[in-house]
Amino acid sequence: MAALLRVSNLTKRYNSFTAVNGISFEIKPGEIVSLLGPNGAGKTTTIQMLLTLVSPTSGEIEIFGKNLQQHREEVLSMMNFSAPYSLLPYNLTPREGLMVFSMLYGVRNYREKARSLLEEFNLGELADRKIGKLSSGEQMRLGVAKSFVNDPKLLLLDEPTASLDPPTARQLRAKVLELIRRTGGGVLWTSHNMREVETVSNRIVFLSRGRIMADDTPQNLKKRFGQDDLEEIFITIAREPLREAV
Amino acid sequence: MNRLHVLGIFYRNIVLIRRSVPKLFGLFGFVTVALFLWGFLTLWVQTLAETDVRLDFILLILSAFVFWSLFDLSQRSFGVSFLEEVWSRNVINLFASPVKLGEMVLGFVLVGVTQALLAFFYITSLAFLLYTLNIWDLGLYIIPFFVNILIFGWALGVVTIGLVVRFGPSADILAFFIPFMLLPFSAVYYPVSIFPPILQRITFILPTRHMFEGMRSVITEGIMPLHNVFWASTLNVASIVLAFLFLYWMLRQARVKGYLSRLVQD
Repeated sequence: MAALLRVSNLTKRYNSFTAVNGISFEIKPGEIVSLLGPNGAGKTTTIQMLLTLVSPTSGEIEIFGKNLQQHREEVLSMMNFSAPYSLLPYNLTPREGLMVFSMLYGVRNYREKARSLLEEFNLGELADRKIGKLSSGEQMRLGVAKSFVNDPKLLLLDEPTASLDPPTARQLRAKVLELIRRTGGGVLWTSHNMREVETVSNRIVFLSRGRIMADDTPQNLKKRFGQDDLEEIFITIAREPLREAV
Repeated sequence: MNRLHVLGIFYRNIVLIRRSVPKLFGLFGFVTVALFLWGFLTLWVQTLAETDVRLDFILLILSAFVFWSLFDLSQRSFGVSFLEEVWSRNVINLFASPVKLGEMVLGFVLVGVTQALLAFFYITSLAFLLYTLNIWDLGLYIIPFFVNILIFGWALGVVTIGLVVRFGPSADILAFFIPFMLLPFSAVYYPVSIFPPILQRITFILPTRHMFEGMRSVITEGIMPLHNVFWASTLNVASIVLAFLFLYWMLRQARVKGYLSRLVQD
């Protein structure tokens, strides 16, 4: 099966600092891959390179079999993302925000799309309230709803449940999984919630100091590191390069 | 009173100003430009007093004000449309969407035209009610002024976006400052002849200078100097091309150096 996303030897350097160091991985249709790593590991830089917000220093990104730099608009119109640092405009209402983004992603029936997403994500009651007046959890939910305006084939979710209470986070996870199954797409998911990662992921890519330290299924990772808990594996991997550096 | 508390408030603000080039610009730039503006205006009034020339000051100054306001608004509506995305932390969503840069700019142009038309009708009506100033007396001459003013406003709006992309949200002050910086050198309220010879040569590159010189000719002599229209239009074409090249370059730099993501963090 052809990969939706193929990253080959991707590197990003800022002067002498290397944020991402020659990483390679791929996501196949229907696959949910979690990108894990301590702060500063290079997760956000990787996601920003996949969104064309940051240019790679070297390496290649291929999405839907096309070079991202050369087919930027075409590729971006078939993918989407949600991140806590990029919320919808506070001075619009959720309905207006979803309509605007439906238009920006070329969705012709933008009114209907906004209405159905408000319903899918239980935002109906908040539809005409200013986004700035919503709680951070509601704004996050709206951000995730926005990421479905174009029924993306590839979804990048950067800590999508970061500011949600456990029941809402569970609901949101279930909704995302349901919608992504419907579209048959793939997801790149980042989170610091190890239980969440274990629940949703087919594969986990561990990043530390810009390098991939492990890339495997949750079960295989547990076997390989001799741990029952992903959190312990996370801590072990996060420490590795520090020891090397010392 | 706790002196440390006061020092804390003082330090917090001074640190901000010290680190921000745009803020330093705002601190010293406004007064410097205002000094130039009022200085040249005073020189002109003094020259008129000596020569005892009779001019319709209401028409001259208020027409200049109306067209300058239009220019100011054209540039600002453009820059602020983009800044709105930065202030509302939406800019990443926009740059990560399939929207092309040209489409984004065209959207801002539409916002700019709508706002400019509304504001122009409002301000000309108000000027008529308050001062019986009828800008429409200028007849068809209004069209080249109007079009050139809007286009140069957009060119500077594009430059403003480039500067915000490069310097971050703290550069928002430039959206308001850039037109003001050009004001004294655009011969809006006084003729170019009041400038020292070197400044007359330097300001030749400003389309606004030719527009306002032309407008003064229409008001005082009833003729539209074609060379003013020619130079204003030619320089405008050059400005819009250069403005786009500047924005492309800034965006490229922003992607290489990671400035785009900083737009929601500063």
